[in-house]
Amino acid sequence: MRESKTDRTFNIFNFVFLTIVALLVIYPLVFVLSASFSNPQYVVSGEMWLWPKDITLDAYEKVFKNKDIINGFVNTLKYTVFGTILNVIMTILAAYPLSRRDLKGRGLIMAFIVFTIFFSGGLIPTYLLIHDLGMLNTFWVMVIPNAVAVWNIIIMRTFFQAIPHELEESAKIDGCGNFRILWSIVLPLSFPVIAVMVLFYSVGHWNSYFQALIYLQDQDKFPLQLILRQILIQGQTDDMIKATSESFLAQQLSVEGLKYAVLIVANLPMLMLYPFLQRYFVKGVMIGSLKG
Amino acid sequence: MTNMSESVEGVKEDGVHRKKSEKVKKKTGIGWMKSIRRNWELYVLLTPVILYFLVFHYFPLYGLQIAFKDFIANKGIWGSPWVGMKHFERFFDSYYFWRLILNTIGIGVFTLVVSFPVPIILALMLNEVKSLRYKKFVQTVIYAPHFLSTVVVVGMLLLFLKTDGLVNQVIKIFGGTPIDFITEPAFFKSLYVFSDVWQTMGWSSIIYIAALAAVDPSQHEAAMIDGASRFQRILHINIPAIMPTIVILFILNAGSVMAVGFEKVYLMQNDLNMSTSDVISTFVYRSGILEAQYSFSAAVGLFNSLINFFLLIMVNQIAKKVNETSLW
Repeated sequence: MRESKTDRTFNIFNFVFLTIVALLVIYPLVFVLSASFSNPQYVVSGEMWLWPKDITLDAYEKVFKNKDIINGFVNTLKYTVFGTILNVIMTILAAYPLSRRDLKGRGLIMAFIVFTIFFSGGLIPTYLLIHDLGMLNTFWVMVIPNAVAVWNIIIMRTFFQAIPHELEESAKIDGCGNFRILWSIVLPLSFPVIAVMVLFYSVGHWNSYFQALIYLQDQDKFPLQLILRQILIQGQTDDMIKATSESFLAQQLSVEGLKYAVLIVANLPMLMLYPFLQRYFVKGVMIGSLKG
Repeated sequence: MTNMSESVEGVKEDGVHRKKSEKVKKKTGIGWMKSIRRNWELYVLLTPVILYFLVFHYFPLYGLQIAFKDFIANKGIWGSPWVGMKHFERFFDSYYFWRLILNTIGIGVFTLVVSFPVPIILALMLNEVKSLRYKKFVQTVIYAPHFLSTVVVVGMLLLFLKTDGLVNQVIKIFGGTPIDFITEPAFFKSLYVFSDVWQTMGWSSIIYIAALAAVDPSQHEAAMIDGASRFQRILHINIPAIMPTIVILFILNAGSVMAVGFEKVYLMQNDLNMSTSDVISTFVYRSGILEAQYSFSAAVGLFNSLINFFLLIMVNQIAKKVNETSLW
C-alpha cells in the first residue's frame, strides 16, 4: 500500500524525534566516558565536548591506587554475591509452594506477604529493630533485612505456575517427594527466571546506598556507592591527592579527572553485563506484567 | 451427677461438631491436617520466608506504637509510656509542616505529570518504527540509564551543572552568565523531575511496548482499507489497546504521589536549597536517625504512610467508577 503524504511526514517526524531522544540519553554517558580518558584541563575549559582530547590514563591510575575505592569495590562485591545468593534462595522458597494449587492456606500466606507492599512500619521502627537485633554496622545488615522482594516472588510464582502441572503429577506418581520435584523437575526448567532474579537482585545490591548509609558506620565496611557519594557529592577528595606533590591547581584538575574515571569504574560491571542485563531484564518485566 | 450429664452432653456436642466440620471438609476438598501431612515439605520451605516477613516487616508494624509513646531505649517499645497524639500535634503545629507537605506533593505531582506520559508517547512512537534495527538501537540506548545507581546519576548531574560544568560552558558560549543550578532552590524540582525522566523513560516504556505488540494487526489492516492515517490509527486503535495498562500504572503512580523516595532527594539536597528540597522522607531521616527523636519521627513516618495508603485506595476507587479497571 502506498503511503500517503501525511504518513510520510509522520514517519520523518517520528524518526527525528526518536533520534533526538536517543542522543539526549546517550550524550551524557559518552561525555563521561570521554572525559575520563582526557586531560582534565580540556574538560574544565570546555574544549573536550565529545571525543577524548589528549588521551591519558592518569585518572584511572589514581582510582586504582585509592584504597577507599578499591575497598569499597571489594565490599560491594561481597554484599552483592552473598546478598544475591540469599535473595534467590528465599525467592524460590516462597514462590514454589505458593505456586502449588493444592497448598492449603495459599491465599492467606500470599495475602500475608503482599500486605507488606502496601503498609510497612517505616524507617524508624525498622531501624530500632535492626538495632535491637545487634545488626548495626555488621556485614549481615547489608544482606538479611532485604532477604527477599515481594514483587520478585510474584514474578517467580507466575513462572512456576506456567510449568505444566502434569510433569509434577507424574513425578508424584513415581514416588517423588515435594523436595525432589522442586529440585529435579521444577528448578531445571526455571533457568530463565532464575537468571532474571540473579540480575534483578544483583543490580539492586550493586547500586544501593541507602541501607549502608543508615546502618553502617565504619568506613572500611562501606560499599562503593557510599565512597562514590563522598567523592562526587560531598567532595571529600582532599586525602586522595594530598600526598602528591602537584600544585594546587593541578590537584584540582586531577580531582576532576578522577570523578569521571570513578563513575566509569563504578559502572564497569554493569557496562560489561549490559547486553545480558537488557535481554533478561526485559524478559523479567514481561513475566511480571502478565499477571500484574 | 450434674457434672457427668454435662460432660456427656459435651461429648454429644463435640460429636455433632465433628460431623458438621467433616461435611465442610468434604465440600472444600482437603482438610488442613491432610494437606499438611501430604505437603509438609512445602510448609517447611515456606517457614524461613514467613519468619523473615514476621521479623522484618510485621515486627516494625508492632514497633509503630512508639509514634504514640515517648520511646525510652531501656524501657523498650512496650514499656515506654503512652502520650497519645503528642508527636502528631507537634508535627502539625511546627513551622516546617506546610513546607514539607507542599514540597512532597509538589515533587510527587510534578513527577506524575511529566514522568508518567513520556514513556507512553515513547512506546507509541517506537511502535511506528518499521526498521527493526533502528528500533532495537533506540531501545538499547534509552534503557541504559535504568542500570545506573542514584549516586551515579546525581553525581553526573552535579558534574554537568556546577558553575564551570558543561551546561554553564554552553551558557557562556551564548553570552549568558553562569548559573549555580545546584544551590538555587528554584531549580531543584525541575532538576529532580527531568533527570528522573532521563533515567526512567526508556525502561518504563517496555511495559507499553509489550502491550502494543499484542494488538491484532488485522485491526490496522481494516483501518488502512478504510483510509485511516497513521495518526488516526494510533489514536483509535493503539491508545485504546493499552488503556488498561495505562490505568493500572496510573493508579499505582497516583497512589504514591506522597511517597517521594528518600534516596535521590537526599543526595541532591544541600543547605541552600532546603526550602524547596526538604520532603517528609528526608525529614524523617534527619530527625529520626541523625537526631535520635525516634517517637517523633516514627509519628511523621506513620502520618505519611497513612496518607499513601488512603491515596492508593481513593485513586483505585475513582478508577473503578470511571474506567472499570482497578487493582482489586
